[in-house]
Amino acid sequence: MSGKLLELRNIKKRFPGVVALDGVQFDLKPGEIHGLLGENGAGKSTLLKIITGVHQPDEGEIVLDGQRVTFSNPLDAKHAGIAAIYQEPTCFPELSISENVFMGHPIVSGKLNRMDWKAMHKRTEQLLKELNIHLDPRTTMGLLNVAERQLVEIAKALSLDSKILLMDEPTSALTIQEAERLFKVINRLREDGVAIIFISHRLEEVFELTDRVTVLRDGKYIGTKATGELTTQEVIRMMVGRSVDELYPKKEVKIGKPLLEVKNISRHGEFSDISFTVREGEILGIAGLVGAGRTEMARAVFGITSLDRGEILLDNQRLNIKSARDALKYGIAYLPEDRQDHGLVLAMDLAQNTTISILDRFKYSLLNKEKEREITEKYIELLNIRTSGCTQLARNLSGGNQQKVVLAKWMATEPRILILDEPTRGIDVQAKAAVHTLIGELAEQGLGIIIISSELPEVLGISDRILVMHEGKIAAEFKRGEATQELILHAAIGRSSVDADAV
Amino acid sequence: MKKLIGRWEFLLFLLLVGVFILMSNLSPHFLNLRNLLDSTVHFTEKGVIAVCMTFIIISGNMDLSVASNMAMSAAVMGIAYRAGMGIWPAAMLCLLVGALGGLFNGLVVTRIKLPSMVATLATFSLYRGIAYVLLGNQAITGYPYQFAEIGQGYFLNTNIPNQLVIFLALAAIFGFILHKTTFGRTVYAIGNNEDACRYSGLPVDRIKIIMFTVNGLLAGLSAILLTSRIYSTRPNIALNYELEIITAVVLGGVSIKGGRGSMIGVVLALFLIGASRFGMSLLNIPGQMMTVIIGMLLIVAILLPQFLERFSSKSSEAPGKAA
Repeated sequence: MSGKLLELRNIKKRFPGVVALDGVQFDLKPGEIHGLLGENGAGKSTLLKIITGVHQPDEGEIVLDGQRVTFSNPLDAKHAGIAAIYQEPTCFPELSISENVFMGHPIVSGKLNRMDWKAMHKRTEQLLKELNIHLDPRTTMGLLNVAERQLVEIAKALSLDSKILLMDEPTSALTIQEAERLFKVINRLREDGVAIIFISHRLEEVFELTDRVTVLRDGKYIGTKATGELTTQEVIRMMVGRSVDELYPKKEVKIGKPLLEVKNISRHGEFSDISFTVREGEILGIAGLVGAGRTEMARAVFGITSLDRGEILLDNQRLNIKSARDALKYGIAYLPEDRQDHGLVLAMDLAQNTTISILDRFKYSLLNKEKEREITEKYIELLNIRTSGCTQLARNLSGGNQQKVVLAKWMATEPRILILDEPTRGIDVQAKAAVHTLIGELAEQGLGIIIISSELPEVLGISDRILVMHEGKIAAEFKRGEATQELILHAAIGRSSVDADAV
Repeated sequence: MKKLIGRWEFLLFLLLVGVFILMSNLSPHFLNLRNLLDSTVHFTEKGVIAVCMTFIIISGNMDLSVASNMAMSAAVMGIAYRAGMGIWPAAMLCLLVGALGGLFNGLVVTRIKLPSMVATLATFSLYRGIAYVLLGNQAITGYPYQFAEIGQGYFLNTNIPNQLVIFLALAAIFGFILHKTTFGRTVYAIGNNEDACRYSGLPVDRIKIIMFTVNGLLAGLSAILLTSRIYSTRPNIALNYELEIITAVVLGGVSIKGGRGSMIGVVLALFLIGASRFGMSLLNIPGQMMTVIIGMLLIVAILLPQFLERFSSKSSEAPGKAA
């Protein structure tokens, strides 16, 4: 295949319980910027990791410069001229720019392989100049901001004569001006014949920069098109395009009086001026892009972090929440995004994990193995947890079953408000359906439920009302039935649907 | 049975029996009950602190300041006594100073959020320094006769030293708290995953403050026992005790990374070190040899759980995947 720098054919990749990529194809021409799009979980990261040699495909082939290649590790890919630049560049903050650029491949001189700092500084300066950056190569890396560090990463890629650059959400941590500067650099690289794979959630950027886009959905290849032939609407439809209602049956629950009221809460640098109410039996969905401040907001409501401003009311009483312990006392429970680090004590068994939040309800603070077993077995049955028993260690359970144990832990506290942060991330379809059914049942019992999810079909399918967050603020609110994936996505990327139609 | 053999505590017990058999064959004086009981005094002063150090290390923390805290509390007690305070009020003061020293550690760890290793490294220096400032190079002596009873006397009319009774009683109480109460459960959970504990609403900071305060209180108690036994107070008492205490706890099978260990293991380790040291002194083997042996045992104690884990994770892989 002439004219193609990199080509991936029929790539398949399975992880335990999930097919991450199913017959995906992708190609890259010299000097092109190719956008890779898809919802969270569509398989973009997995594809990137296959190109950079972190993962190996189960099936399919990678063709580089007309030659079939296999990368068994990231170093292979690097030597083949593929470099990746991430959202938060990894670097050695204590070392100078030159040392970072030449880390792993220093310029040496003489028989003793002495480090030739003079040459390295000179070459670094030259590289930076080519990128139109004016920094002293001797500057300590830690003194640079994120944008400058990314540019140094690019310089490093150039020092390796990379022909392919992968950029995974490079602008998400940048200001508009910094992003503009990055785009200039990217355009310059394109002129020099470097091919770039560009991933971003900000569709405007994708339209501004890329020559072609490839869309993935649920690990499948949806299509590749020239950017000029596409509209925002079409791209969103390609990314979403699935009928929602069938997957998420919704239970009709009578919605009662207001339970939790959040008024104008803010936390510097994370979210600002958020207000909402959750009623008895109501499921409130919170949508938004990764980094929109949803998790940060939930953590503050639960007392893990503190609020700068605003108040939280339960039954019209003002709450004073200083820690998760306080929140729990008021009947607020929070199922964290990261179940392995925050949800469970992996080295402890099922019973110990299930009862960890109700320890202070044990008589005289004495452990009662009998009672622990009773409680745990009740939830094993209720949630249909697949386990060898109460004494199985949490780390030996599958992801879906681990999530059910975290749910069991919170249900045991008999909360009135349950905040669920990405409750079905990384678990298989069946467990997902089980969790959804359970959430419905909890709502039926009169709990107020807040569900944060990056999966739009999930939010749409399960919620009575949906808030969309964008850059720490509530960008839109929809009632059940009003919301569509397109509307939510538009709000989440920070533009109204009117603008989008004009594109 | 297989489970028992795989446990470090059981190996410690076998080692202890082995030491008894070996030493009693090598020296006719070893199995003299009275000598044996008297020899325990060499580790019971460390033992009373080790019972709480066990909690601290299981929770993934460390307290390097205990020996310095002992010197500081003993110095305050000595000065108070010399200034005319009764010996018992002075002893109470000693406990109070020890507890305050521990409380300060706990506050630095929870409020300023310094790692406990660093925080107590600072107070290790600070408390010892205070002892030197208070006492200079002098020693305080001349404690009343009754005071010696605590550290040197025997329990009622038996041959059992008071110190041993105090140590065993504390070990029983602390063992009960560690293994049978929600407090102990929380300590293990903190050692395994502190973040998850916070997200689960456990009072992590309160438990840390309690542990460090009690550890300080026991340092105060240990200071009373030591002062009563050696009958004098100097600023350089109990040098290196903290390392010997931590050594015993780790040798007892408590994971230095936190989350694992048992009270019985620590008690067995203390008896093992005590019996070996006593036997070797009977045989006129220099004390340095003992340090060599403890060093080697410690490496085994740290490595063995990793070997066992690797072994058991292979055998438990199948059910884990099936679940």
